[in-house]
Amino acid sequence: MRTELHSVDVQRTDPDRPPVAVVEPDVITGRQKAIFAGIGLIGAIAWAMIAIVRGESVNAVWFVLAALCTYVIAFRFYARLIEYKVLKPRDTRMTPAEEFANGKDFMPTDRRILYGHHFAAVAGAGPLVGPVLAAQMGYLPGTMWIIIGVVFAGAVQDYMVLHMSIRRRGRSLGQMARDELGLVGGTAAIIGVLTIMLILIAVLGIVVIGALAESPWGVFSIAMTIPIALFMGVYLRFLRPGAVNEVSLIGVVLLLIAIIAGRWVAESSWADTFTLTPVQLAWALILYGFAASVLPVWLLLAPRDYLSTFMKVGTIALLALGILVARPVVQMPAVTSFAHSDKGPSFAGALFPFLFITIACGALSGFHALISSGTTPKLIEKESQARMIGYGSMLTESFVAVMAMVAAVSIDQHIYFAMNAPKALTGGTPETAAAYVDSLALVSPGGAALPPIDPALLQSAAEGVGEASIVSRTGGAPTLAFGMSEVMKSFGGDSLRSFWYHFAVMFEALFILTTVDAGTRVARFMFSDAIGNIPGMAKFKDPSWRVGAWVCSLIVVAGWGSILVMGVKDPLGGIYTLFPLFGIANQLLAAIALTVVTTIVIKQGLLKWAWIPGLPLVWDLIVTLFASWQKIFSDNPAIGYFANHDKFVAARDAGQVIAPAKSMADMDKVVFNTTVQGGLSIIYASLVVIVVLAAAVMCAKAIRAGGLPTSEAPDVPSQIFAPRSFVATDAEKQVLAEWREAGLDPSPQGVHR
Amino acid sequence: MTAQAPAGASGPGADTTRGRAGSALRAIRWYWSGVTGADAYERYVAHLRRARPACAVPTKKEFWREKYADQERNPTQRCC
Repeated sequence: MRTELHSVDVQRTDPDRPPVAVVEPDVITGRQKAIFAGIGLIGAIAWAMIAIVRGESVNAVWFVLAALCTYVIAFRFYARLIEYKVLKPRDTRMTPAEEFANGKDFMPTDRRILYGHHFAAVAGAGPLVGPVLAAQMGYLPGTMWIIIGVVFAGAVQDYMVLHMSIRRRGRSLGQMARDELGLVGGTAAIIGVLTIMLILIAVLGIVVIGALAESPWGVFSIAMTIPIALFMGVYLRFLRPGAVNEVSLIGVVLLLIAIIAGRWVAESSWADTFTLTPVQLAWALILYGFAASVLPVWLLLAPRDYLSTFMKVGTIALLALGILVARPVVQMPAVTSFAHSDKGPSFAGALFPFLFITIACGALSGFHALISSGTTPKLIEKESQARMIGYGSMLTESFVAVMAMVAAVSIDQHIYFAMNAPKALTGGTPETAAAYVDSLALVSPGGAALPPIDPALLQSAAEGVGEASIVSRTGGAPTLAFGMSEVMKSFGGDSLRSFWYHFAVMFEALFILTTVDAGTRVARFMFSDAIGNIPGMAKFKDPSWRVGAWVCSLIVVAGWGSILVMGVKDPLGGIYTLFPLFGIANQLLAAIALTVVTTIVIKQGLLKWAWIPGLPLVWDLIVTLFASWQKIFSDNPAIGYFANHDKFVAARDAGQVIAPAKSMADMDKVVFNTTVQGGLSIIYASLVVIVVLAAAVMCAKAIRAGGLPTSEAPDVPSQIFAPRSFVATDAEKQVLAEWREAGLDPSPQGVHR
Repeated sequence: MTAQAPAGASGPGADTTRGRAGSALRAIRWYWSGVTGADAYERYVAHLRRARPACAVPTKKEFWREKYADQERNPTQRCC
């Protein structure tokens, strides 16, 4: 140990105090080599099992192994490469958390806690929904994109944005865009972020509605979360301030009671009261979003967030445990015929580019850039910890997406397609749905044709999870819940299946509602900030001006609410038509984030390494702009919004009603919706093109000048020390011991140590 | 406010099963309170005592009221 330490560089900022940084050379010992070689070998075998060997039965455990081994190798080698060659963190430099420590939002926080905190902020319903829809193309393309995408794109984006925000006093992505890209690029980025948030909220709303429509059990238990949250809020405000864990436990118990009680409600005469149509649910969600945006935070938003965090971590852990115990066998082939056609039931379009926008969260999610900039930089102790927190948290989210994929591909194919095809295709009854799925010519993983399905099976599957029907329960959430109830059979057998199903529906709905209310609030602030810049409207910048808050909330809610109502009324099904737009929006946000990051790297004179963020940026631009192009210009009505528009206009003018429309009113809806959807596609793509062009101009300038100054804040010498990753190295342990011997606290974190 | 080690493996009785279970529980509590932010008040008080000893320490109730008022002014994003 002593001899190894010779090459370690221990850095001090004050000769009288212990060191604040340890710089260790990137050497790898013989023992480590053997360990990583072993991990690599297991990973390679697992990949071979799912990609090459395949056969009639592939066990889900291979997915878990392939993912975990790839993550370990990527974290150790690729993330380290980015650290050493591009970001070059300096732990002698204060982070915003240390520099501006106020004990509240700026506060050095233990790295392991911050990792959990950051993960809880980035993970939501996204990584659970996308993989379920993408499973229609088979398990292999989606799984490969989730794992390879996170390594080279998603985790890279999160890590680099986090690092760059740390260097810029915790500035947000929008502010960094304005600082680094100039006025035009920055403004387009801010408008892009705001409008993209509206479509994200709307589509998540459609997902919730897909899970709750016509389900009195689900509606009752979700409705109960509101009084539970209000109770928790009042409890924390007046009875026991600060007793967060205590009240969260009470809340979780009440939540479980609400799920159990949902069955009694569904079987009682109250069932009708809680059986709501999609349109009714859409209006309920809109009212809720507005209320959450104007009610005090302590009353609804904060307690709900505590509940959501509890449920999030608990459920993900449970799902992982369930998959390891149940070890389900995959039912879906590696690649289905829908990978090459435009006939896919859950979304239209071929594998390229549509797979890569359907699975956004889990592989690459632009939304994360909003969390990585802003919140986390104000809590991080050391710059070098950005690797475990930014890159590491995103790897964990990717693992959640892999588990969602496993849950979706291990349910019966007939059931999967009956659940995920819109009503226009399945007809909505078990008989018509059975006829529809039989017409798909499904094959087993080994390639044998599947026998026709008995409609009674669809009915008994629905009864098994306590629902009236599972036909056309689109949106991904019900499928995941169904898959989870299968996996969780290991705990409690068939009798508990309906409980697990509604448990899964509940937690997904809870995540989504948390995103809806927090997102509405954030969008309201962005909006009031943006219009506050217009001369004469400065008053809108004052957050305590209630009238302004109400007006902006109304506008924001109207923005996503109109898309939501449009989606649930769409004869083609809101998920089918709008999910691609959701993916495109999220990936375009990633394009904005990666553009900002790449520009900064080039401005810093690191052109040689610009490929690290440049590679995912170019890939993401090709995918999203090609998808946007198809959505705007394709002649195929199944894909192009305007082609579909023209088809329905022509039919309507000829006085015809064509499927899936059932009336002239439906025809009008399709004509109107396709115009809006096409228009939104054009707006998003144009904004991103403007951002990228502005960045290209800036980069060209920087390359000619051999580098340009960036908005990086000046160095302030750090006074604290903390290890860089999950486990402290020997050299780091020695430095910690030095701090203890000097009678000093290496990192002042209050009770965090 | 004394700083507590997350897993007090060195305390008396740490080598007994009960001591180990106790320290594991304490570690979980420490971790979870950090992730959910339940320990925000304790951390703030510790910060004040260290950084600005002359400042008056707010009561728990005052602190949490102020914290939610801050959240009201600066909303934080949750992801999809």
